[in-house]
Amino acid sequence: MAWFKRTDKGIKTSTQEKKDTPDGLWFKTPQGNIIHTRELKNNAFVCPDDDYHVKIGSKEYFELLFDDNQFEELDANVKSGDPLNFYDTKSYKSRIADTIKKTELNDAVRTAVGKMNKIDLVVACMDFNFIGGSMGSVVGEKIARAIDHSLKYNIPFLMISKSGGARMMEAGFSLMQMAKTSAKLALLDKAGIPYISLLTDPTTGGVTASYAMLGDFNIAEPGSLIGFAGPRVIRETIGKDLPKGFQSAEFVLEHGFLDFIIDRRQLKNRLTTLLNLLKN
Amino acid sequence: MLLEFEKPIADLESKLQEMKDLAKGKSIDLTSDIQSLEEKIQALKKETFQNLTRWQRVQLSRHADRPYSLDYIYEMTNDFIELHGDRTVKDDKAMVGGLGDIDGRTVMFIGQQKGRNTKQRQERNFGMANPEGYRKALRLMKMAEKFNKPIITLIDTPGAFPGLEAEERGQGEAIARNLKEMFMLKVPVICIIIGEGASGGALGIAIGDKVYMLENTWYSVISPESCSSILWRSWDYKEQAAEALKLTASDMQKNGLIDGIIEEPLGGAHKDMKSMAKTIKATIIQALKELDKLAPEDRINQRIDKFCSMGVVVE
Repeated sequence: MAWFKRTDKGIKTSTQEKKDTPDGLWFKTPQGNIIHTRELKNNAFVCPDDDYHVKIGSKEYFELLFDDNQFEELDANVKSGDPLNFYDTKSYKSRIADTIKKTELNDAVRTAVGKMNKIDLVVACMDFNFIGGSMGSVVGEKIARAIDHSLKYNIPFLMISKSGGARMMEAGFSLMQMAKTSAKLALLDKAGIPYISLLTDPTTGGVTASYAMLGDFNIAEPGSLIGFAGPRVIRETIGKDLPKGFQSAEFVLEHGFLDFIIDRRQLKNRLTTLLNLLKN
Repeated sequence: MLLEFEKPIADLESKLQEMKDLAKGKSIDLTSDIQSLEEKIQALKKETFQNLTRWQRVQLSRHADRPYSLDYIYEMTNDFIELHGDRTVKDDKAMVGGLGDIDGRTVMFIGQQKGRNTKQRQERNFGMANPEGYRKALRLMKMAEKFNKPIITLIDTPGAFPGLEAEERGQGEAIARNLKEMFMLKVPVICIIIGEGASGGALGIAIGDKVYMLENTWYSVISPESCSSILWRSWDYKEQAAEALKLTASDMQKNGLIDGIIEEPLGGAHKDMKSMAKTIKATIIQALKELDKLAPEDRINQRIDKFCSMGVVVE
């Protein structure tokens, strides 16, 4: 016996008057757990049921790390030129313009200085939404200048990588950003200033083969894809399926290229402890 | 093995040979015909090789007869002792190195090495080094620094090897470490792209005070084929990709990403390996003369400043 009885048969609301569930209100993890986005945000964008780390960008990382979300952004207005007048199926210029409009970001990295639990920290954080987090002149230049800031004020440097690698549309220029960032890190090293490299999902190609692997401390979020060559390329090269868990953060840790894996919910406190241990 | 655009020249050359043979055996005077044909060949060569497309230069850089690192090293030195192994995993045969003398002065040579036939190609892994190759290179660079010997690197690779073990042993870390360490080397470092300069695999031994490219080589962030497959989603656009990437020696020089171009013999380095080696040797000697004038710290600072000025941004 039902508690309520429908007097009219069928659904009477016309299509126009139907209310939609707003997009992005719920998030489904790869394992199928569903979580409300507000709850997700309060949980450092980690699903409490399966510890899945949702991909986030610089805005979210800055909010997670800097005290009261207070920070000074560096070189915010640096944008890509188009030195090669590159054109594939679409011009690079329009690709950049469209991406800036779509993402409200100027390029694939944002850099800032602020306080993390009262410790001064320079942070460079990549945004995967911007052409796959690809590294071109802007990414290289902004990271280089962020390191200069660290050098000038003797502040530790945190790099958060999330990238498919170098940006093809700047060809030779992109390649040399690997050199540029490594040069600056050599200077940081010489000055004895700590460099923490946080590798997140995914970190591959030229980014792995330069600054991401050069930390005094290389750390990663659980489950992140980390590698030099992409899985597809390797599969094609060896002609075999890749073993389970290949190129995961856990795999990279096991092979000796990471210091530890960090749950994002503990990130701020663990980094604080680490920097305090170095200082005291 | 002939490339498409080499064929018309080769046809004329074989005709010329026939004519010469004919003239030798009989009493007919073919001197003027021979001379005009020789002139014609020379003109065709000039026309062909001065107007190569970017893709044609990529093809030349991979020519089956093209000289490889060890060919040049043995040609340029009186003594050369190859040194092996990274002291950790194994000896990577795609990366060679050793001490040799150049005009009486000892230098450390390091370079990727390709194979000439099927067996050698396998052994050399097509010039694609594993992490232990980059670590071997770094070991030899540190040794050069210890004994105060300049470093000459010869770059010729289709890329760092994208394999299972390469990932397990940290291909990315190996290359990254080399980039950082090479900036701080106290000795002069001269890098020469002699064939293919593919991406991080090339850059991993290409941080130098002077970076040169031979005339018919390429150097970029990705090969034209891979670029085509990613951006055009098909392997058929390699020629367009080569154009778009601006990956030739003259492109790279125009963009300030290399320090100079080393001219090749007409027809390409493989047409006259000895003369190519001579030109490379002369370039090295000249560059060393310049670099010797600088104090190690100045060289390091200039090296860092040079690479840090690369890139185009707008603000």
